[in-house]
Amino acid sequence: MSSPLLELQGVTKAFPGVLANDSVNISIPEGQIHALLGENGAGKSTLVKIIYGYYAADEGDMYWMGNSISVTSPAHARQIGIGMVFQHFSLFDALSVRDNIELAISSKEGGDGLSQKIHEVSNTYGLGLDPERDVFSLSVGERQRVEIVRCLLQSPKLLIMDEPTSVLTPQEADNLFKVLNQLADEGCAILYISHKLEEIKELCHHATILRQGKVVAECDPTKESTRSLAEMMIGRSLDPPAYELKKTGETKFFVQNLSRTAEDERSISLKNISFDVREGEIFGIAGVAGNGQTELMEMLAGEVLADDNAAISINGVECGKRSIRERRELGAAIVPEERLGHGAVGSMSLIENVFLSGHQRFNLARKLWMNYSNARTFAQKTCDDFDVRHAGIHVDAGSLSGGNLQKFLIGREILQEPLVMLASQPTWGVDAGSQLAIHKALLDLAANGTAVLVISQDLDELLELCNRIAVMFAGSLSEPYPVSSLTAEKIGLLMGGAHPEAA
Amino acid sequence: MAAITTVELILLTVVSAATPLLLAATGELVVEKSGILNLGVEGMMLVGAVSAFIAMLTTGSWALGIVAGAAAGVIMSMLFGVLTLFFLANQVASGLALTLFGIGISSLLGIPFIGLPIDKLPSLDVPVLGDIPIFGPLIFEQDFLIYFSVLMVVVVHFFLFRTRAGLVLRAVGESHDAAHSIGYSVIRIRFFAVMFGGAMAGLGGAFLSLSYTPMWVEQMTAGRGWIALALVVFATWKPGRVLIGAYLFGAVTIFQLHLQGFGVQIPGQVLSMLPYLVTILVLVLISRNASRVKLSAPACLGQIFHSNT
Amino acid sequence: MTPVMALGLSLIAGTVVFYLLGYPPLQSLYAFFISPISDLYGVCELLVKASPLAMIAVGLSMGFRANVWNIGAEGQLTVGALFGSALVIYFPESNNILMLPAMLILGILGGMAWASIPAFLKTRFNTNEILTSLLLVYVAILLLSTLVHGPWRDPAGYNFPQSVLFQNVAILPVIVPGTRLHLGTIFALLAILTGWILISRTLAGFQVRVSGMAPQAARYTGVRSNLMIWCVLLGAGGLAGLAGIIEITGLIGQVQPIISPGYGFSAIIVAFLGRLHPVGILFASLVLALSYLGGEFVQIKLGLPLGIAGVFQGMLLFFLLSCDILIHYRIEIRKTSISGSARST
Repeated sequence: MSSPLLELQGVTKAFPGVLANDSVNISIPEGQIHALLGENGAGKSTLVKIIYGYYAADEGDMYWMGNSISVTSPAHARQIGIGMVFQHFSLFDALSVRDNIELAISSKEGGDGLSQKIHEVSNTYGLGLDPERDVFSLSVGERQRVEIVRCLLQSPKLLIMDEPTSVLTPQEADNLFKVLNQLADEGCAILYISHKLEEIKELCHHATILRQGKVVAECDPTKESTRSLAEMMIGRSLDPPAYELKKTGETKFFVQNLSRTAEDERSISLKNISFDVREGEIFGIAGVAGNGQTELMEMLAGEVLADDNAAISINGVECGKRSIRERRELGAAIVPEERLGHGAVGSMSLIENVFLSGHQRFNLARKLWMNYSNARTFAQKTCDDFDVRHAGIHVDAGSLSGGNLQKFLIGREILQEPLVMLASQPTWGVDAGSQLAIHKALLDLAANGTAVLVISQDLDELLELCNRIAVMFAGSLSEPYPVSSLTAEKIGLLMGGAHPEAA
Repeated sequence: MAAITTVELILLTVVSAATPLLLAATGELVVEKSGILNLGVEGMMLVGAVSAFIAMLTTGSWALGIVAGAAAGVIMSMLFGVLTLFFLANQVASGLALTLFGIGISSLLGIPFIGLPIDKLPSLDVPVLGDIPIFGPLIFEQDFLIYFSVLMVVVVHFFLFRTRAGLVLRAVGESHDAAHSIGYSVIRIRFFAVMFGGAMAGLGGAFLSLSYTPMWVEQMTAGRGWIALALVVFATWKPGRVLIGAYLFGAVTIFQLHLQGFGVQIPGQVLSMLPYLVTILVLVLISRNASRVKLSAPACLGQIFHSNT
Repeated sequence: MTPVMALGLSLIAGTVVFYLLGYPPLQSLYAFFISPISDLYGVCELLVKASPLAMIAVGLSMGFRANVWNIGAEGQLTVGALFGSALVIYFPESNNILMLPAMLILGILGGMAWASIPAFLKTRFNTNEILTSLLLVYVAILLLSTLVHGPWRDPAGYNFPQSVLFQNVAILPVIVPGTRLHLGTIFALLAILTGWILISRTLAGFQVRVSGMAPQAARYTGVRSNLMIWCVLLGAGGLAGLAGIIEITGLIGQVQPIISPGYGFSAIIVAFLGRLHPVGILFASLVLALSYLGGEFVQIKLGLPLGIAGVFQGMLLFFLLSCDILIHYRIEIRKTSISGSARST
């Protein structure tokens, strides 16, 4: 029997204070689509970075086509035939597709024929790329194709894909699966990292499941249920909250013909966006990243003001031209997309981070003075009520894990007893336990009568939480649809810009 | 005939006034293209000027003077490079430190040499062609550093936009994380860029003390390092426009000198403000269009790169 | 911790520099750092020099914390001095006791006016404040030169470029008899105290800190960034202007072509050496003042060039910046270990 393409034996990697990989064994034969499944923080990224030559393993051996090897750098990895498509793309916005690709391949393969080669590869796999376009003008899906073509030009034997579908519409994801299957048929092995169980069942031949740095199971995903996969991944059984949605009441948050002109070629114009969120309702905005959600959130929050005061109303008060502080006075609470640097300051303590949004409604500042003792109380209460695990409220916010920090931010806003809650990507990149806690907190909040808006790229999340969902595409917002009338496929078409009639 | 000589003279002095700016700004442009903001240009120019002057005076060799100017600039820039690239210090603060340090060390080194005269850097005359009226002397009777400064604009343009190494350098300035993730050594590339910037600033200083006013005076750069920094913004990070900008500033400088010479009824000091005020004015005109600056500036300019993340 | 380390390293490097220049190192160090402050007069001189440094640095530190890089304090100092002095120049005979307070206020306004130019250009035209504020230093110094060589020159002054000597009501009182220590030092202490309260206890100080650490979070908390830019620039400009007029009324007593030996630039080092914190700035201003004083001292005693002070200051800032990373690095590691243990629970 021939040796597998890639084999890892006992790979261990420790970072200060955490064992990221603990004696991991993996074996990948040619042509296999091999899933690496695990929660955030399970050690998947560290493991592939060892394979790709970013990190050196502390212990363990790596065999490539039967020979012991130590990959010293990403360039070395590419040279021996390992390619990688990153979750956060390693592209250069201001450069053309061709320049981006030329940068990643050796100088011999570049040169004058490169544009021609890009055309050939992109046609073979149905990827459709124009080498002369600048990357900043491409959609997220197109950018991913640039990364893929960049790898394929070097005819890799192993392709590593890190959470590739997290930014794609379902249709784009289907196209990607076709390409990956075609590659596997040609003998290329694929190491596919994901925590999305459905797609792993659909695509992968074999799965290795990581938990807290250890391999806890191996299986054939096609023979497992999503539930059994999830339990292997999380290590305990899951009890999603069962909720009866209450009747919704009167409109608390009202947006009418909200528009915004893009400042430059790299941002999105908003076109006549209208919707309303009612008391006790969770309203979802779906869409692929980069279709104007960031721009919309800035305006809804009041970080960028509208030209028309009537474009946004909170609790019946027009506030399109009012500042974020005035909107908080009216009853708004805001959870921005970026946790560190926007919703929280990493180098400030949790106490000071309470001031960030809470100094008005928590009454933390008398006139111009800061009231630290009240802030301490609120920081402590937030941590206690929302199960934020921390080493003391004096520690910097940046030292909290993503899930704990997000629970802190959500808790800080909820304790302000808002009439309207605006949350963008509330569970992006957090562990499953925190995700569950955050979902429960948002559902409780709505049950108590708050109008909740959730902007998210995670369809499953929206389908689970929301009463109504609208889809954002190229700066426009679709009609809202009651969640009962929606399927993932229909939302997917809307996310791709199809008209509602067609959908 | 006399009128022609005046025009010749003015054009020649414009070129001379522009050259130190052109050298320093071309160097800084490469540094900024790699994503590093080095505010220490003024300090590097001063140390370049004093070193070139000392080397020239003690050895009598022009070549050694020029080399010493460039080398001094490189050494200064390496200080900055180590601070910002290896010790991850704030680039703005480090650049300021470099300038303050440069002012101090150059005045310290230069004390014994104040007021000593040297001969001006000789011009490389091309026979016959140099005799063509007006443009002859302008194009064919200049000194080495003037030719070199123009040549470097061409070389830098070619390097940045026509070679693979230049593409890599630009890529590092656009996104150091992406460049790192596909395996480029961000720190090494930036360190070389910073050293190039140091050499060019040193040469700019050397031109001042060897050719423009062939002597050493404390703080003789008089803010040219800062004007060079402004020129890079003015040029929206394009080498050709640095050339245009530098000659424009040369013209403004000479214009005000001649106004003073012609006995215009404005105090000399007020006219001397002109280059600084014009610099501020063009900065305003360029940066008024925020999105244009944002689109042409290297995206990682001034950001600290942590290789471990 | 870092500042002390940086100071130590600078002393060692200073010793080497003295040695290389051919001076007895220990003796020179003693002459530089100890002799100047070995009597009451020396200590008062130290305070005289530390006062403007501290006053300007407190203002600059607010800006640096908010990511507004005003490096033109020297120009703001100069224009403040000119605004304040104008009163004496145009009312040379006045004996009104309000003269001095009016001069100080005009000094503040002058500094603010000069700082308002970069503030306006930054907020209205998005122009880089580093370059504009710095270029305006040259303009301000040329403006000073124009005035003392022209309209403000003392007609009875044998054509020297300097103004008339100020009358008594325009002179800041000395607070320690027999020395030059004047009331300006009290103003500097007040500036430090106010800065301290502002940054640690008030909402405005909190907003300044957030603006620098995370601009997006500042918008989130409701900071209007343009207003912030105006406030920190005007604040720093006002303090620099006050320092400028105090130099004139407290020490020089007339307008001269050189008002400050570069306090506006050294204050940048003071701000960093003091960790952008008012209390730290208090100590840092003493260190930098000593470098000026020591520089003058070794110039007189050993014939060393005055530039040595600048070299010492530059080295101090270099070592400070490079020591920073060592400290930071330790914190980084500690942080990772906390998040790590939080994750594994």
